Amino acid sequence: MKLSTKLLAATAIVSASAASAVELEVTHWWTSGGEAAAVSKFAEAWNATGNTWVDGAIAGSGGTARPIIISRILGGDPMGATQLNHGRQAEELIEAGLMLDLTDVAEAGGWADIVNPSSLLDSCTLDGRIYCVPVNIHSAQWLWLSHDAYEKAGQPVPSDWNEFVASAPALEAAGMVPLAMGQQGWQQNLAFGAITIAVAGTDAWREVTVNKNADVARGPEYTAVFEAVANARELARDSNVQDWNQATNMVITGMAGAQLMGDWAQGEFSVAEQVEGQDYSCLPGLGLNEILDTGGDAFYFPANDDPEITAAQKELAALLISPEVQVSFNLAKGSLPVRGDIDMAAANGCMQKGLGILADGGILPSGDQSLSADTQTQIEDLMAEFWSGDMSAADAQARYADLIAAAD
Amino acid sequence: MPDTALTGPRGPKPKKRFSRNNIFLYGTLIVVSMYYLLPLYVMVVTSLKGMPEIRLGNVFGPPLEVTFQPWVKAWSEACTGLDCTGLSKGFWNSVQILIPSVVLSIAIASVNGYALSHWKFKGSEVFFTILILGAFIPYQTMLYPIVIMLREIGLMGDLGGLVLVHTVFGMPILTLLFRNYFASIPEELFKAARVDGAGFWRIYFQVMLPMALPIFVVAIILQVTGIWNDFLFGVIYTKPATYPMTVQLNNIVNSVQGIKEYNVNMAATLLTGLVPLVIYFASGKLFVRGIAAGAVKG
Amino acid sequence: MSVVEDGALRGATGAKRPSRLFRNPMAKIASIPMILTAMVVFVGGTLWTVVHSFTGSKLLPKLNWVGFDQYERLWDTPRWLISISNLALYGICSLILTLTIGFILAALLDRKIRFESAFRTIFLYPFALSFVVTGLAWQWILNPDFGLQSLVQGWGWESFQFDPLNNPDIVMFGLLIAGIWQGSGLIMCIMLAGLRGIDEDIWKAARVDGIGTVKTYVRIVIPMMRPVFITSLVLIASGIIKLYDLVVAQTNGGPGISSEVPAKYVINYMFQAQNLGQGFAASTMMLCSVIIILIPWAYLEFGGRKNA
Repeated sequence: MKLSTKLLAATAIVSASAASAVELEVTHWWTSGGEAAAVSKFAEAWNATGNTWVDGAIAGSGGTARPIIISRILGGDPMGATQLNHGRQAEELIEAGLMLDLTDVAEAGGWADIVNPSSLLDSCTLDGRIYCVPVNIHSAQWLWLSHDAYEKAGQPVPSDWNEFVASAPALEAAGMVPLAMGQQGWQQNLAFGAITIAVAGTDAWREVTVNKNADVARGPEYTAVFEAVANARELARDSNVQDWNQATNMVITGMAGAQLMGDWAQGEFSVAEQVEGQDYSCLPGLGLNEILDTGGDAFYFPANDDPEITAAQKELAALLISPEVQVSFNLAKGSLPVRGDIDMAAANGCMQKGLGILADGGILPSGDQSLSADTQTQIEDLMAEFWSGDMSAADAQARYADLIAAAD
Repeated sequence: MPDTALTGPRGPKPKKRFSRNNIFLYGTLIVVSMYYLLPLYVMVVTSLKGMPEIRLGNVFGPPLEVTFQPWVKAWSEACTGLDCTGLSKGFWNSVQILIPSVVLSIAIASVNGYALSHWKFKGSEVFFTILILGAFIPYQTMLYPIVIMLREIGLMGDLGGLVLVHTVFGMPILTLLFRNYFASIPEELFKAARVDGAGFWRIYFQVMLPMALPIFVVAIILQVTGIWNDFLFGVIYTKPATYPMTVQLNNIVNSVQGIKEYNVNMAATLLTGLVPLVIYFASGKLFVRGIAAGAVKG
Repeated sequence: MSVVEDGALRGATGAKRPSRLFRNPMAKIASIPMILTAMVVFVGGTLWTVVHSFTGSKLLPKLNWVGFDQYERLWDTPRWLISISNLALYGICSLILTLTIGFILAALLDRKIRFESAFRTIFLYPFALSFVVTGLAWQWILNPDFGLQSLVQGWGWESFQFDPLNNPDIVMFGLLIAGIWQGSGLIMCIMLAGLRGIDEDIWKAARVDGIGTVKTYVRIVIPMMRPVFITSLVLIASGIIKLYDLVVAQTNGGPGISSEVPAKYVINYMFQAQNLGQGFAASTMMLCSVIIILIPWAYLEFGGRKNA
């Protein structure tokens, strides 16, 4: 409580300097149902301060939005604030002096004490200065299961990945797609990552992803991973949807048994008024290895000459991480809050599971923090090719290891 | 020359009305027409159906129950993120981008084409060839250099910057069209005007322009469709408040909330395509005539 | 083409005067926008891109030289190789089919038929629609569950399979169907204009000599329409190399990476992978291929004319 008073005080100081109402344009690529509901919490809170939130949503994905965001920052016509995944994406923009230094806001708000896990703040930090506000924690290692589908197939709902694989023939026999999978590289890569952590374990994962050890990527643990992924590929053969939320929709409607997707899928289940434990189940770490990565979204504030806008940017930065906004935003988005000192009792079962794992320290750095966008795109290309074709597991493993060896 | 190009069909005369040849001829044309009309038909039909009917799954069947709700939604209610104003705002933005871009690009290209046809100077053909090569450069590779150029002249994020970009990228094809057209205007006319003492601009305005209506129609059509349909420049060199219609179309189509609302997507697609479509249907024969006058002369 | 010769002549006589630079000053002033566009934007922008393709630029352009590393990696990347072969397949098919369909339709329309303008409008209207719209419409029609495949199956041909957008082997043909639909109308229009430009006497002479219709087209008319074919070729080719929007709207490169094209590789590596150097190297390769294709054309157009 003490901390949040301090934060409110900080907000008050900043807002005092920004007496007049300011319009801030905020770009983001949150356009699905759950995402839009979440972003409206930000907008409402911001508008309540007397300022105006100009919504700059760009539909598609980060891949569509990022060139637009970067071109505008480079072109000297920046937006007020923008979503970017934290990690290594914005490093160069910061080095070029294009991003606003938020260190004073962070110190006033005591971010160093409240942000949990602290690695989130580290990825916003460059040379001791803080440049972004982490707004949520997203983990990718979740298996979402449709109770409806299992009821139709006359099977109990699996409690881990192995049981799910074993139950797949029954689902198929009942005319359902065992595994819903959107046909986009990043989703296939996400599924690969989730299966890796579940099958190979965290040590091998860490050695490959963080330390870029190509020998481990060529080793037996990863052979098992690629065989499991090849198996999953067969289970997803008949899934022809593109967007991740269309795949989630297959689980919601019982057309598919399960989906491997990040915790943001939660938002779609909420929008569809599904009840956890009754209509669907979620298995963090695929039920095998209860550990989650700590990726997430962050907001950056491009540097601006206008002191009024700079003041408003700092005010917004403090607002995004304030307790009330963190609670309402993350409840809507299905993600975990970035601070450990707030009451998330309203969260549903899946989020409680995630919070529990987080509290126990079962965390891994996210791939965004370890691998460059370049390497990730190459791996996504490989996964897209692998999932849609007939590439053998051994070939895929060899190419994956080469990419890891060349990773920067 | 340009006017004789469309005096009438020159092919061999068909002999009888219902000869085997004729049945084959019209049969082929009708079958091919179906291929061309199918997507339009599907879009219109789908946009008039409700979602329950679409889920039943026959794309080609006519709507059992006609509803204009998808059109209303696409125009004024569809959401992207928090903004639920549909395409309506983008329509006016597109108009604001379109008019200055079309006027400026055609004005410049027509003068260029005129200079290249009757006032050649040393090096003019070289610049022209480079310009034509420019038509082949994928726009995407020019994004960064243009961002830097616009930043240097202070037009980044400004409507003026976008107009400039459209003018630049419209220039190769338009200049080619105008150059070819003006080159086909008899040299004697030009010489007579010179003897009368008319200069560069007087000949342009008093001799060339009055004869150039067909090619202006082609240029307008090409530019209106090109600029109206542009997505890439529109999204990068504008801001949310001035997003053109295509950007909002992309936003609406790609903002999947739950299930894809195909009917709204189709209505939005049709609404966005309406302006160029109307211009095509309205211009009719003028377009072919202009093409004949401009493009064919190589 | 007397204009060209006269213009050249005027330039030549002008060379004798001392103030050559200031002859026709208005024409030169009026050409400044064109010269700026050609030199600053096209040449400048291209050089900038080529220079940066030899750097290790990531998110922001920098001049940290890496030699040919980007090119080595490029030609070692399966996705780039697939993109190239896809574009070659699409390009060849699109060129042949668009020219053939455009010509045949134009020839059919040129045979004094009724409703000519109605047919012409039908063939031409897709050109008014953007590739994004085209891609979406055809994605919908080719959807296996709602579209063409289910329609034909509904007619009783249960085993009918036509699902190009989900079949890596034929996905490029799914794109081709849409691309030709969008672009062939314009070519038809140009061909029609070309056919109308051919003298009636040619047909009369051919009839007198007893040459059949098809033979007249192939032997006499088509050779006479060389400039028309060249204009069409340039228009189609410039569209092919830029193929991007249609792919993004219709397949987004899928399934897997089986419908990737070079322009999409460039964009993805520039912006998504944040490896500008790699994207620039790929776009430089695209430029090289354009130049290789265009030099023969420029020679035919400009070199050939001088000899004539």
